[in-house]
Amino acid sequence: MWDLIAQNGAVLLDGLAVTLAISGAALLVGCPLGVFLARATLSGRPIAVATSGLYRSFWRGTPILVQLLIVFYLPAALGLTLVPTIAAIIGLSLNTAAFQSEIYRAGLVAVPAGQSEAARMLGLSRRAILLRIELPQAVRLMLPALVGEALTLIKNSSLVSVIAVTEITRRAQQIASATFRPLETYAIALIAYLAIAALLAGAGLLLERRLASAGRS
Amino acid sequence: MGTFLETYGGLFAAAFATTLTLTAAGLVVAALVALPLALGLRSQSWLIAVPARLYVELMRGAPLVILLFLAYYGGPSFGIVLDAETAGIAGLGLYGAGYFAEIYRAGLNAVPRGEIEAAAVLGLSRGQIFLHVRIPRAARLVLPPAIGQAINLLKESAVLSVITVPELTKVAGEVSNLTFSAIAPYLTAALLYWIAVEALARAGDAAERHLAVGKS
Repeated sequence: MWDLIAQNGAVLLDGLAVTLAISGAALLVGCPLGVFLARATLSGRPIAVATSGLYRSFWRGTPILVQLLIVFYLPAALGLTLVPTIAAIIGLSLNTAAFQSEIYRAGLVAVPAGQSEAARMLGLSRRAILLRIELPQAVRLMLPALVGEALTLIKNSSLVSVIAVTEITRRAQQIASATFRPLETYAIALIAYLAIAALLAGAGLLLERRLASAGRS
Repeated sequence: MGTFLETYGGLFAAAFATTLTLTAAGLVVAALVALPLALGLRSQSWLIAVPARLYVELMRGAPLVILLFLAYYGGPSFGIVLDAETAGIAGLGLYGAGYFAEIYRAGLNAVPRGEIEAAAVLGLSRGQIFLHVRIPRAARLVLPPAIGQAINLLKESAVLSVITVPELTKVAGEVSNLTFSAIAPYLTAALLYWIAVEALARAGDAAERHLAVGKS
């Protein structure tokens, strides 16, 4: 195992960096999309509610692998070319937006309506109400679910290996077939995923504790 | 689209049936393996509780595709040679068990202490309390997350395509190679998954309402 790491460590680390970069990019792109969808659902306007509901239903109701394949092949069918990495980020973003919107919806609903009504009476703009009153409180409520979604996203990013993005799973596949040592190679990749999951979960707990104490003062 | 379905409809139907069968088999494995795991998670002895916790965290932190690669391509190093379907069911089942164990544990923990104590005062044995008080109460709490997890397994079963199991996603890929167009096959597959997921969700809602009636 150690010789395998010594020989391929750099390649695997490179793959790990791609995994983190793609997941991070998708999480960030999915965030405003998710907020937009959540606000559409809460708007009460029938068309907005139905459209965002249909969007969520599709992206949550079909396998992410199939979604990634569709996002990867659709531009080609329309005569466009899309770099696999970009297709991967788009696919993961559109998927996580659906899951994030559910988290934001629940978080926004949990902030008592009386507070935003009071803020409106005091003359705050809608934007100020969202940014200064609703979001800071909602973030605290949503954080555990968001950390969970980030973990899921990193696990899901393993599937972009199928569209030839050289993240860590793809790198492990290449090494496994070159060295004929699949057991050890995939075990190393597994440990890398578990380490990221543990780090992220730990960081989430730390941040939660921080926000909880900040909220009390 | 008409001729597409005429030509490949049978293939898709068979692949869809494979997806549903494999998911059901994986679900049974997951639900059963999770039972001793959940009891292990609640054990007073760390010799049992720690390995159970490690198993759950391993399954919840690992991407299914890596677990499948380990079982299917890494298994022979242990002398375990599985065909793709068996590796797929085992992978899906052992992966799902980690999630189901946590669902069971939460359900068992949520049964109010007072009910357990009342049953004990009434002279029920520990075994009777577990079977007749804890399990029925926990079942109602467990159902909604269990349905959610069943839906997840159905969606995750698409990953079995990467170890060559001829399920829906794999067959969609094969058809796209035949027709030199990927969109129609993958959209067909997506639609079938979507229908199955929605059906499962509706069935779950109906079951929940049914159990809720039993509350009185």
